[in-house]
Order: sequence, then structure tokens, then C-alpha cells
Amino acid sequence: MSDRPASPSADRLEVRKTYKLYVGGAFPRSESGRSYEVTGSKGEFLANASLASRKDARDAVVAARAAFPGWSGATAYNRGQVIYRVAEVLESRRSQFIEEVGVAEGLSPKKAGSIVDASIDRLVWYAGWADKIAQVLGGSNAVSGPFFNFSVPEPTGVVAVLAPQHSSLLGLVSCVAPVITTGNTCVVLTSQTMPLPAVTFGEVLATSDVPGGVVNILTGKVSEVAPHLAAHMDVNAIDLTGSGLAAAELEVAAADNVKRVLRPNLDSDGREVDWATEPDLTRLRAFVETKTVWHPIGV
Amino acid sequence: MIAAPVQETQWDGIANSDRSLRTFLHGLPGVDRVGADQRAAALATRSIKTDSKAWAIDLAIQMIDLTTLEGADTPGKVKALCAKAIGPDPADQSVPSVAAVCVYNDLVGIAKEALGSSGVHVAAVATAFPSGRASLPVKVADTHDAVAAGADEIDMVIDRGAFLSGRYLQVHDEIVAIKAACTADGHSAHLKVILETGELQTYDSVRRASWLAMLAGADFIKTSTGKIAPAATLPVTLVMLEAVRDFRAATGRQVGVKPAGGIRTTKDAVKYLVLVNETVGAEWLDPEWFRLGASSVLNDLLMQRTKLTTGRYSGPDYFTLD
Amino acid sequence: MTGSRTTFSYSPAPESRAVVDLKPSYGLFIDGDFVDTIDGSAFKTISPSTEEVLAEVTDAGPRDVDRAVAAARKAYDTTWSRLSGRERGKYLFRIARILQERGREFAVLESLDNGKPIKESRDVDIPLAAAHFFYHAGWADKLSYAGYGPAPRPLGVAAQVIPWNFPLLMLAWKIAPALATGNTVVLKPAETTPLTALLFAEVCQQADLPPGVVNIVTGAGPTGQALVEHSDINKVAFTGSTDVGKLIRRSLAGSAKKLTLELGGKGANIVFDDAPIDQAVEGIVRGVFFNQGHVCCAGTRLLVQESVAEEVLDSLKRRLGTLRLGDPLDKNTDIGAINSAEQLVRIRTLSDIGEAEGAGRWSPVCELPERGFWFPPTVFTGVSQAHRIARDEIFGPVLSVLTFRTPSEAVEKANNTPYGLSAGVWTEKGSLILHMAQKLRAGVVWANTFNNFDPASPFGGYKESGFGREGGRHGLEAYLNV
Repeated sequence: MSDRPASPSADRLEVRKTYKLYVGGAFPRSESGRSYEVTGSKGEFLANASLASRKDARDAVVAARAAFPGWSGATAYNRGQVIYRVAEVLESRRSQFIEEVGVAEGLSPKKAGSIVDASIDRLVWYAGWADKIAQVLGGSNAVSGPFFNFSVPEPTGVVAVLAPQHSSLLGLVSCVAPVITTGNTCVVLTSQTMPLPAVTFGEVLATSDVPGGVVNILTGKVSEVAPHLAAHMDVNAIDLTGSGLAAAELEVAAADNVKRVLRPNLDSDGREVDWATEPDLTRLRAFVETKTVWHPIGV
Repeated sequence: MIAAPVQETQWDGIANSDRSLRTFLHGLPGVDRVGADQRAAALATRSIKTDSKAWAIDLAIQMIDLTTLEGADTPGKVKALCAKAIGPDPADQSVPSVAAVCVYNDLVGIAKEALGSSGVHVAAVATAFPSGRASLPVKVADTHDAVAAGADEIDMVIDRGAFLSGRYLQVHDEIVAIKAACTADGHSAHLKVILETGELQTYDSVRRASWLAMLAGADFIKTSTGKIAPAATLPVTLVMLEAVRDFRAATGRQVGVKPAGGIRTTKDAVKYLVLVNETVGAEWLDPEWFRLGASSVLNDLLMQRTKLTTGRYSGPDYFTLD
Repeated sequence: MTGSRTTFSYSPAPESRAVVDLKPSYGLFIDGDFVDTIDGSAFKTISPSTEEVLAEVTDAGPRDVDRAVAAARKAYDTTWSRLSGRERGKYLFRIARILQERGREFAVLESLDNGKPIKESRDVDIPLAAAHFFYHAGWADKLSYAGYGPAPRPLGVAAQVIPWNFPLLMLAWKIAPALATGNTVVLKPAETTPLTALLFAEVCQQADLPPGVVNIVTGAGPTGQALVEHSDINKVAFTGSTDVGKLIRRSLAGSAKKLTLELGGKGANIVFDDAPIDQAVEGIVRGVFFNQGHVCCAGTRLLVQESVAEEVLDSLKRRLGTLRLGDPLDKNTDIGAINSAEQLVRIRTLSDIGEAEGAGRWSPVCELPERGFWFPPTVFTGVSQAHRIARDEIFGPVLSVLTFRTPSEAVEKANNTPYGLSAGVWTEKGSLILHMAQKLRAGVVWANTFNNFDPASPFGGYKESGFGREGGRHGLEAYLNV
């Protein structure tokens, strides 16, 4: 543990945190009772993370589905405020995240700081979108007839997010925020090797007015959990960003209930995009359905 | 309002007050204008050819209330119209007579005499036609006059002002009074109630006015005076046909329908017949239950009839203008 | 009166077939010309209303598909992607105009090949197809304003597979946005309805569309499979059954091909007790008997509030008694032929299951022609959510009637399906309309109307009804690299 910052007092033994899952607003261990060793960028032991099972995934989907009516039914203004609140709480725990991200990704405090800052700012960016995206993606359609016709974007439902493998916080936030901004709920499988900032981010969510079940965080293996999420008939969409080599296989499984699939956005060398790049609307558009309503106009 | 026929007593309380009438009339299913327009427009695309067209033309002629309602009407004009009503085409005796001649009440006697025993009815507009703006005693006297002069049918107007301001009881009671005048002194004139749908504007009002008139005893409900635009339209007639259909289902009593005004061509007339056929069916396809209030349409029907029999197109010079 | 007729029976009013010039056989339309097959064979396309053979059509093989994709690729690289949006738009305007000019010819051919009533092909399919080209023509030089960034790019070659229910209209839904956004296409019409697509090829020629921009390959499932799995395409757009949609979805896994799917449905048409009943009845009829029920967004589940159920059903049955079934080319026909023997078997099978499961089956008195494929308008009452006729897409003139008591029960039942394409709501209460529109998980909600379509109106499903939208600004996304 030599690389970890020393305890404030040399004669006091540090109280370590148990990294658990975040499901339905609670922090359970894996129902399987399993854990796996998480190491820092230099191979040092950091913690034992819960090794989520397919049953944990199932429970997380149930929690996400249960949270969907409330979250999607909340006003967009309210969702925006809740997501902004997440940014506030993240800001207040900035130093903790700089430390965790730095250790997980092997970054200098300065570099880790800029990543945490970008994560906070990303949440603020999406928070502001909550009550504007409907105007940008929706509107009235000039049909030829005595009808008023309008289209609105609506959340797709429960989204499985396979978070980026190489960006433990900014990548995670960049994938989760757009999903919940439009009213979806989600089950997130974190980076397999750098899961700890995500679990701590769960604590941020838990203390920032995000209703339980809106974001559910699982730590574990893509190979073990992702196939069950991809095939789950009550999951409406899947973000394959962190799926790695399993992407094609997961896409096949996702066909069973015609899931919306967001394929990994890789650069020409097959690497994850630089998450610091300013986002556009792609991720917001990926998990909304356009609903079009017709009504006659007449006296 | 599709329900099993009910006892008349079930309708007793409805016409007690504006409030009870309002509760009933506003409880009728609404009419969506766009849907009704679409339905009427769809029926208007029916293609009626050859035999069915010939049949429809003759039926349409028999349904016509041949009308003249001008300030300039004279006995001479009315006599000429009556001659045309009996034998619409002097060159072709197979053309049937029209249903009725429709005139102002001071000309009823002239028309009655001219029509004689032809079977063609005399219809008189009454009740301060076309505006209806007169006191009830005047309207009743107007009706008595016409009936006494021999009118077989009375075309009355409702008080649209009263209807639109929710004084349904007044409208109802006036119809009841005029109906009584139609059958006073041993007469048995049929009562057609003109809703003047162009002034009612909404189809909801057309449906309510139809029911109100039927509840008050109308034998026929009629769209228009012909003095207000729009006069009869297909969708308004559709709504009225639905009302008589539902009224019969609810009460067992059949009421006739008469679109009037704006029907100028054979095509127009045939569209109305299709509307009747597919909304209320064959039982209303009879001059006793459906009339066309019109005048110029007759010559077009005759022209088309000639075309069907001769195979060549005719021209207006070959039909009489009366 | 002439004759002894006492009822108003309409004399036959057939639209003339003379306007259509059918060839005995058709090749494939590739690179601007009709060509013979390399490795395919031939099949016959018949009129479903008479079983008369209309023409012989090519069943394209893999090498034919190769050739078509190569032509589309070449056209994309050398002409179409280099053309300005304005010039592309002008080609589409030309196509729209030619479709209008030759509208009657297309309508008659569509009714012959598909079996749908001429009044629908004449008044709905063909005018809407032309409108679709006209609408998208205007987008071609305005894509930078469509909300997809300052310079959205086309994808390349689009493979498009369309169904038999609206042959030319589905072609328009596919080709118009693809071309407007700068893609070139290879389109495969359904095997039972290839003729209007082949006539459309002539329109492309008349419009002087550069060779290879539109290629039409006819054939059945294997041809479609060869097309969507071709390695040199960039985009797949499919309209058809959910089962085939899933197969395509799987086959595209791991590729970079963009995909949009417009699949099946089991739409609920919800009638509240304060509905405009006469129009609701029209909407029910239009919802499920339009185009013989061969409509993915058909309102095949009537959910009627218990308090008006009897009244609505009585009205509906009376109205169904006026439907005229028969010769698709007769201008007074309301219900035409079922598109194929195969589809007829499916409709019969599911209807028999409905009866066996205990639902009450009713059809109006309706004489069916002896030749051809016919099925009478059919209503099942006493249907519950568990019945197969309430769950499976029948794709025929078959309505299942269920009842509900409260708005929340209506929402629950309407959404209780893996599909999510369309829904209808009938009530005169504005706030209830908006409430229902919000709660229904369906891509299109028709309130106090049903089965309206417009090129400006995005169309597409939730859940297993597919993804992506067709029409409107939204529909452009499917063909842009965004």
C-alpha cells in the first residue's frame, strides 16, 4: 500500500471502504458472495470489488425498471436539477475522486484533477439539456391535412451501459449522464479493471437526490455479466462502449428483443475515443424514441 | 345513442326545462368535424355508373322538392314550376314527377290548384321564413294559413338565436306549437324542421338541433333555408342521417331528412343518395323519407338521363327553364 | 323508376387496365438499364384477386446482387456523392412529378399486383409516394439545417428491403430520403409485388437519374439476405416482419453497417365512453380494414370502455355490413384481395385459433369471389389479453375486441405487448388525450383519427416494432453519418 497516501496519522490504522454494488439505491454485496482483486496502475492492491453475477444483473434490471415510471415521469426541469445536484456533490468530493482516479488510471494529480473537473462539467452540460432536448429533437410537423401533428423524444426505457474500460470516471459519466438526462434508467457495468471510482460515484448518486434504481452500478466481468444484459428481454437498449471483443456477440444477443444498440465509438486504431472531447447530441439521440401524435383540427 | 327502443315515457322528463334538455342534448356523443368530413368525402368517391346511375337519377327526381322562394315569385312562375314538377321533361313521359313544389305560403293555393291530383305535394315555408324572427302567434298564424290553403307539408325554421343561446325549451315548444298547427282542424300536414345548419356552425350543434327537433315531433329535419351559405353539405347531412338513425333505434320512430340548397348537379344528387344508402340504408331511400330541396338540379338530372338513354351528351337548350 | 330494382346496388365500375403496359418478363434494373440475370432464375408474379399470371420476374442471384451493389458503389463514388444537394434535389423533384403524371398507371398496376382496392392505390399509395419524393427533394440542399451538425455526410450504398403491403409507397419511404441525403441504393421489392418497383425504374430513366443511383433487384428471401449481408454496403433499411428483422439485426452484428428496422405491430385502438362514436367507428374500420389489414400499424386490438362496448360494437357491425369486398380494380371496392396464398393461410390459421380459444367470431354477410385469395372482415369479441389473436400480428382484416373500465387499465392493456408501433385514442376530453398520448409506448399515437400518414411526420416503432424513424427531419438520420 506504499503508493497510497499515508494515513493522516502514522499511528492510526486506516479504515478502508468496502466496495460494493449499487442497486436500487442500496449498496449490496454480490448475491454470489464473490469478489475480485482490484489493483492500481502499478499492480498494487487497492481493494476487493464485488464480482457481480448474472443474478445481480437481473436484480439491477428489476430495480431500473421499477425506477423508470418515476424518473421518466418527472419533469425535465426536475431531472436537470437532480443531475446538476450530482455535479455539485461530485465537486464537493473532488479531491477524493482526484485521488481515486489518479490511482486507478495511473495519472498525476494534475491530470486526474482535469479529468474530475471535466466529469463535473460534463454533468453540468447534460443537466442543462434535460429541459431543452425535447425542443431540439421534437417539434410540430407540417402535415398536409387538418391535423396538428407533433413529435416528442421519449426515453427508450432501461438501458444497459457497458462503461468504457479505460476511463474510470469521465468515460463513465459521459455514458451515464446522457442516458438519464432524457429519462431512461440504467444498469452500468463499470470498467472491469478500474471499478472503484465508479462505486464511489455511486455514493455521489446516492447522496444527490437521484432516486434509487435510476442508476445501478455493477462491478465485474464483461464476459460474465454483459451477455445477460444483452439478452435480457426487459432491457430496451445497450451501450456497447466497454464491450471490447465481445461487441459482435452482444449485438447478436441484443437482437432477441430488438434492442437499440450503440456500438463502441472507436478511433481508427480501435481505441476508445478521448473522453475529454466535447460531446454532441449523439448519445442523447441514441436512447430516445420519437413519438408522433396526431389530432384533427376542427370546430 | 344506439339503444334498444324505449318507452315514450322514458323521454318524458327531457323537455321539462332548458336544463334538462341541455343535459340530454349535451350528453349525445360529440361529432369530430374532421372525421365526419373524411367520411363524407370518402363516400363522395363512389362511382355510380350505368344501371345504378339510371336508377339513382330517377329516384333523385322523385325526391326533389322543386323550390321557388323569391320575393319576385308570381302565380305565373309558380304555375310553370308546377307543370315542370308533374312532367319534368315534356319530351319524355317516362320521367317521373318530383315529390313536391315548395313555395311561400301566399302561393300555396295557386300551387295546389296547378298540381291538382298529380300526387305532387305542396310544401310551404312558414314561421317567418327564412329568419324565423317573429312572435310565436305570428308563426302559428303563418302555419295555419298555409295549411288552410292546402299545404301538404310545412317547412318551418327554428329560432337559431334561441338555440345558440341555450334556450332549448323555447325552440322545442315552438316546434310543438307548429306541429299542432299542422294537424289542427283535421289537417295532417307533415312538418319539416329547418335547422339552418350554416348558422349553427358546429356539427355538435347540428346533432343536438336534430335531436331537439325530433323530440319535439318533427316529421323531417331539413338542413337549410337556401338563404344562408353554406347551405346543405354532405357532412352536415351525414350527421343528420346519423341522428335519425339513432333516433329510430332509440324511439322506434322514423324521421325524414332533407338537404336543401347547393345541390346543383347530378353528381351532387347521387352523392347524397350514396350517403343515405350507406348511412341509414334502403329504408330511407324513398321520397317519403328523403328529399332534395333544389331547383336547378332537375335539369341536370334530365340531361344526364337523356345521355344515358341516347348515348350522346345533351345541352341546356333542350330542357325547359321555369 | 327504371327496372325493378328496389335497392341501391352499385353497378360494376372497373378502372381500365388499358393504362398499364405489362411486359411478359422483366430483368433487373442495374446501372440504369434492365439487364438479364447472371446467376438467378425466374418466377411468376400473379394477381392475388384472380391468380392470373401478370408477368415473369427475375429471382436475382448473389452475383446479380454483387453487380447491383457495384453499380451503386460506382455511382456513389463517381457521380452522386459529388453532386450538389441542389442538383440532387432537382432529380427528386423530377421523380415526384413523373409519379404524379403517371399516377393512374401506377395505381392500376399496384392494385393488380397487390390486390388492394384501386381507391386506396389511387387516393393513398401513389399520391403519398409522390409526396414523399417532393418532400425529401427539398431536404437535399438543406441538410446542414437539419440538426445533425454543419455538414452531415451520406453513408454510401444503402441496401433496402421492402414489404408487399404498400409496394410503391414503401419504395418511396426508402429511396427518397436515401437519395436526398446523397446515398445510392439497391432496393429489393417483395417477391409478391415487384411490378411497381420495376415501373419506378422507368421513372428513373425518364428523370435521367444517373445510372446506378437506384438499382432494383427482384427476388425472394435469399436475394434479400445476399443484399443485406453484402460486404460493400453501408446501410440496411428493412421494413417487414419482426422475425426477419431480428435475423437481419443478428447478421449485421459486428459490422459498421447502419441499420433501421420498421417491423410488426399490434396496435391498440382505445375508445372511451365520451368518444365521438360515429367517427370512432370509422376510425376502427380505417384502423384495421384499410388495405385488408395488411398494415403494420393497424389498430388490430380494439379496447373499448365497457360502458359503451355494446353501442360501439353494434355500430361497428352495422358499418361493416356496408363494406364492399371484391374486384380491386372496381372503384367502389373497399376490401380487396389478400396478397398471397401464404398470407391467407396465416390469417385463417390465427382466426381458427381465435375461435378455438373461445372468442366470438363474426363477419358480415359477404360473398367471396371464387378465384383469388379472400378473407372477409372479421371481428372477434370476448377476447382477452391471453388469446393469441390479441398478441400475434395477424396482418389481415381481423379485429380483436377487448374491454376496459378505467384509463389506467386501458394503458396497461395497450402497452402489454412486445410491439410498440401505433395506438389510437378516442375521447373528447383534451387532458385525457394528452395523458394517454404520454403513457402509450408507441411511435405513433392517433387521437380521434387513425392511419394517417404524411412525409413530414416521423414514423416508426418502440420495442420490437423496430428502431429508427422514416419521414420528417427525423428520418434523415437513418441515412446520414451522424
